[in-house]
Amino acid sequence: MDPILQVEDLRIYYKSIFGDIESVDGVSFSVNPNEVFGIAGESGCGKSTLVEGVLRLIYPPGYIKSGKILYENKDLLRLGDEELRRLRWKELSYIPQGSMNSLNPVLRVEEQMVDSITAHTDMPKEEARAMSIARLKDVGLPVEVARMYPHELSGGMKQRVIIAMAILLKPSLVVADEPVTALDVVVQKSVLQSIANLRDNYGITVIFVAHDLAAHAEIVDRLVIMYAGKIAEIGSVYDVFEDALHPYSKLLVAAIPSIEKEAVEGIPGLAPSPLNWPLGCRFHPRCPYAMPICSKEEPPLKEVRQGRYAACHLLR
Amino acid sequence: MEQPLLELRNVTKDFAIGGGLGLTERKIIRAADNVSFTIPGKKPTILALVGESGSGKSTIARIILGLLEPTSGEILYEGKDVRVWLKRDRKAYRRNVQMIFQDPYGIYNPFYRVDRVLYKAIKKFGLASSGNEANSMVVESMRAMGLRPEDLLGRYPHQLSGGERQRLMLVRMLLIKPKLVVADEAVSMIDVSLRCIFLNNLQDLKDRIKMSCIYITHDLNIAYCVSDDMIVLCHGKIVETGETKPVVKEPLHPYTQNLVSAIPIPDPKKRWKDTVDIGDVTFKELRSEEGCIYSHRCPHVMPICKEENPPLTEVKLGRRAACFLYR
Repeated sequence: MDPILQVEDLRIYYKSIFGDIESVDGVSFSVNPNEVFGIAGESGCGKSTLVEGVLRLIYPPGYIKSGKILYENKDLLRLGDEELRRLRWKELSYIPQGSMNSLNPVLRVEEQMVDSITAHTDMPKEEARAMSIARLKDVGLPVEVARMYPHELSGGMKQRVIIAMAILLKPSLVVADEPVTALDVVVQKSVLQSIANLRDNYGITVIFVAHDLAAHAEIVDRLVIMYAGKIAEIGSVYDVFEDALHPYSKLLVAAIPSIEKEAVEGIPGLAPSPLNWPLGCRFHPRCPYAMPICSKEEPPLKEVRQGRYAACHLLR
Repeated sequence: MEQPLLELRNVTKDFAIGGGLGLTERKIIRAADNVSFTIPGKKPTILALVGESGSGKSTIARIILGLLEPTSGEILYEGKDVRVWLKRDRKAYRRNVQMIFQDPYGIYNPFYRVDRVLYKAIKKFGLASSGNEANSMVVESMRAMGLRPEDLLGRYPHQLSGGERQRLMLVRMLLIKPKLVVADEAVSMIDVSLRCIFLNNLQDLKDRIKMSCIYITHDLNIAYCVSDDMIVLCHGKIVETGETKPVVKEPLHPYTQNLVSAIPIPDPKKRWKDTVDIGDVTFKELRSEEGCIYSHRCPHVMPICKEENPPLTEVKLGRRAACFLYR
């Protein structure tokens, strides 16, 4: 099975007066068709920058230093603006963080959806309207929502309107950045299930970014754990939760509070500053298994077992 | 009978919305509806107040702190009404009932070093007799909470992580030694790897200075980890109370059952098997005007639920629920 998206050695930096901030620093992974691909990590580890980079939405002072982003064998970084615009929404669509709060308050849901369709296709308005309603139904919203204004909707409904907008033109890949953050548990469950539905019923590939590992555990197929701008581990969600290879993923999984656990331990120390990454392995100052080599050499991301990658000197 | 530390008696708070210029209809929103509970005086307890957004958790916190006046009902702290405390002995009340806010970024003044929140507290409440004593108190308390004073003192807020800022608030509690702390979603803005450190510190503090805590959260995973007792709120009403473990493991009220079944378990082998009823979510703002507030969403709804309001009654030893299923 050919991957739908391949990212190779992607580096995204932000210019600052202190020098370049190496927010995403040499990240490689591939996403298979029809899977929910999770990206997890603490705040500031580069999750959002990474997915913005993948969609080429990095604006100054950020810039893409180097790397390749292959979408169906086209390098997105080499496409012209117009070519990229044609791919967006039709093939690649994006649910930015907090986007449920950026619905236009003075337009009905339906009008906003029709606008997005007519901006990207030459579909007649009536048809676009029918399509919008169909998508709202796909995410489990009642038809009346189409005629409502955003303030009449609850948080979960708004988030689903956003999901419906993202799948308007039946894209093959949807990138969702923290779509369930700040939602109540019951609503969160319903939104997570709508996202899993995109994969199960519509064959859409989803890149799902969230800091909440419990949300990943519910819907994700394969999971990337990022730390300090780099990938610590990639594997199936079952492998990462059961038998993580990288000490950071192991500790992170153990640190999630849960009604299934009696006691939890945090990870001592702090995530490093992107201005000043530690030398060698970026996790070594917090790692209980740190060895002398860890502060000198950066461990490469290697395939440790079939389909499982990790970057750690312990795994040599 | 021992005197409870804090007692809420039939506290109700109404907010009026609309009605401006007579153009819109004036509506009353009942954010807290006849809420009564106590925090025992002898044994320090961490009490979790859980519920969805809009269930009135924060309103209750603000009423306890005296930041909001209840529409009716009374709040007794050590047997005396909070209004009396605030009028006669505001300082003592403020010292004994403290607050930890949700946003560790908003509470620090960015122009001052972080030490200020600690030294101000020492000065305000006269905790130290000399500057040297104050310094050593600060250093000791920070060490006790597992923070390194040499790394943190003299820093500005932006140089600290969210976790450190919240833990500094716990250091402040260790200095002030309040009898009750109200913590409103104190870890929701901290990274996962640091959350449990904060929660463990909080539990440690409970034993160390005999401090009770009202921990407000919508995250049942966190409530389960940190609290001894639990109160579940739904649209401003208490629907269930009891010790945390049995409440989460065998919830009585259908609302609690619904909440618990929606908790994501961080284990891919234990994924949800059922799907949420969409009607549940879509019309969650609606509450039944008559009868049980949960009756329009409840899967076990009976005719009586639409007519009468179920009282909070003891179902089992130490477990109370407001539901006609347990008459």
